[in-house]
Amino acid sequence: MKELTYLRPADATAAVAAVAGDPHAVFLGGGTNLVDHLKLGVATPDTVVDVHRLPLTTVATYDDDHGGGLRIDTNVRNSDLGAHPVVRSRWPVVARALLAGASGQIRNQATTGGNLLQRTRCVYFQDTTTPCNKREPGSGCSAVEGYGRYNAILGTSPECVATHPSDLAVGLACVDARVVVLGPDGERTIAFEDFHRLPGHHPERDTTLEHGELITAVELPGAGAAPHSTYYKARDRASYAFALVSVAAALTLEDGQISDVRIAWGGVAHKPWRARVAERNLLGQPFSEDVVRAAAAEELEAAETTDENAFKVPMVRNATALALGRLAREQGVTR
Amino acid sequence: MPRTEIVLTVDGEERAVTVDNRTTLLDALRERLAVTAPKKGCDHGQCGSCTVLLDGRRHLTCLTLAVAQDGAEVTTAAGLGTEDSSHGLHPMQQAFLDHDGYQCGYCTPGQICSAVGVIEEAKQGHPSHVTEDLEDDVDLTDLDEEEIRERMSGNLCRCGAYAGILAAVGEVAAS
Repeated sequence: MKELTYLRPADATAAVAAVAGDPHAVFLGGGTNLVDHLKLGVATPDTVVDVHRLPLTTVATYDDDHGGGLRIDTNVRNSDLGAHPVVRSRWPVVARALLAGASGQIRNQATTGGNLLQRTRCVYFQDTTTPCNKREPGSGCSAVEGYGRYNAILGTSPECVATHPSDLAVGLACVDARVVVLGPDGERTIAFEDFHRLPGHHPERDTTLEHGELITAVELPGAGAAPHSTYYKARDRASYAFALVSVAAALTLEDGQISDVRIAWGGVAHKPWRARVAERNLLGQPFSEDVVRAAAAEELEAAETTDENAFKVPMVRNATALALGRLAREQGVTR
Repeated sequence: MPRTEIVLTVDGEERAVTVDNRTTLLDALRERLAVTAPKKGCDHGQCGSCTVLLDGRRHLTCLTLAVAQDGAEVTTAAGLGTEDSSHGLHPMQQAFLDHDGYQCGYCTPGQICSAVGVIEEAKQGHPSHVTEDLEDDVDLTDLDEEEIRERMSGNLCRCGAYAGILAAVGEVAAS
């Protein structure tokens, strides 16, 4: 590991100034991913700016006159957010996504903002002896023709087939969350779908954040609340493993017809994949799992697979039907 | 080499130490303070053998920099027992003995700290991935075998003493 200067600024503004003014400085949150990358040589900053003790630890609920939403400060731990009674009852997909991720110890350590900024677990990204365009732009992609079980199937580029590893991010994509960011020029709010990016020609960039911008909060709009929502995660072990594919889904039925449906997929792309084509096809239809499978199949027509990850197409299609089927049964519909 | 003086309270004792900023909390405890209860298994957050209670919550020590934990209260498996309990053992330690919750013992300090954390989280009403209804209140009586397996999944045991570990945690949860 390289030698490190360690700074712990007193407030968010000072932290932003410290990182924005130094191209070799990075923020340190809970550290579950960054500290590992420091050891592996994947991250090589000169300075870490510790923000994990900034007093950004409140979960604030707004009443209906103020949109009925939730503001989650960035340093709320994953375990505390997953146990929060309001999240459990109004945004169960977010609680379920959190509880499906990592282990008890890591959830106690990991922060809300940090979770969104964790980097791909592509084995080549983490192995500095191999080419990887995300770690070292222009060096090549080892995953395209290498170990491909976890590779993306949607929105890939010839330069990168990595997937985003966060479960929480998939849940947040489903409920139209917003990311509140503080930069050197002040605060801005980013719609969740615009926060993570597809690899294109710049796989080294996971998000649309500029260097020095700090996530200070995540907002859940009241209009995105989804009492009938859930998260389904398919993985190689029953617990403590990254997703092969995952589905965050919210469903509202009226007289057996789909009046609202939101679907986000994990494990299939460089970012949480909001299945807009499938959603459009489902809206207004009478619910059945077969209709869901057909809608998911349309979304998946754009999928590009190899022998090693082709299984993800039927897996995410069936997982979507399973997740929405559960939500339909909650509302008394069994088909 | 950038270094920082930090103070940690380890098993009730205040310890000051100057660390290279790159030092993990695990290395600071083991190599600088000779506190060897937390073990270095994978050193990448995958095995749980370095688990301690940090400010009362179970936490990995391999994935955190010591300098970032300046002022923290660390309780290792060696610091769990109290003088007024039987043989100075914590109930979870006694339960691991009674149920053969280990073979080689390497993962055991991390398992025990994690298990103590599981009990505390359940008391505080935290649900888990396998909790059926998230709107239900959660307490210790919900810690059946499926819940314990899920909640302990961050601790690996290469000897495979899981059956004993499960029984030990279950006994403490029920008592």
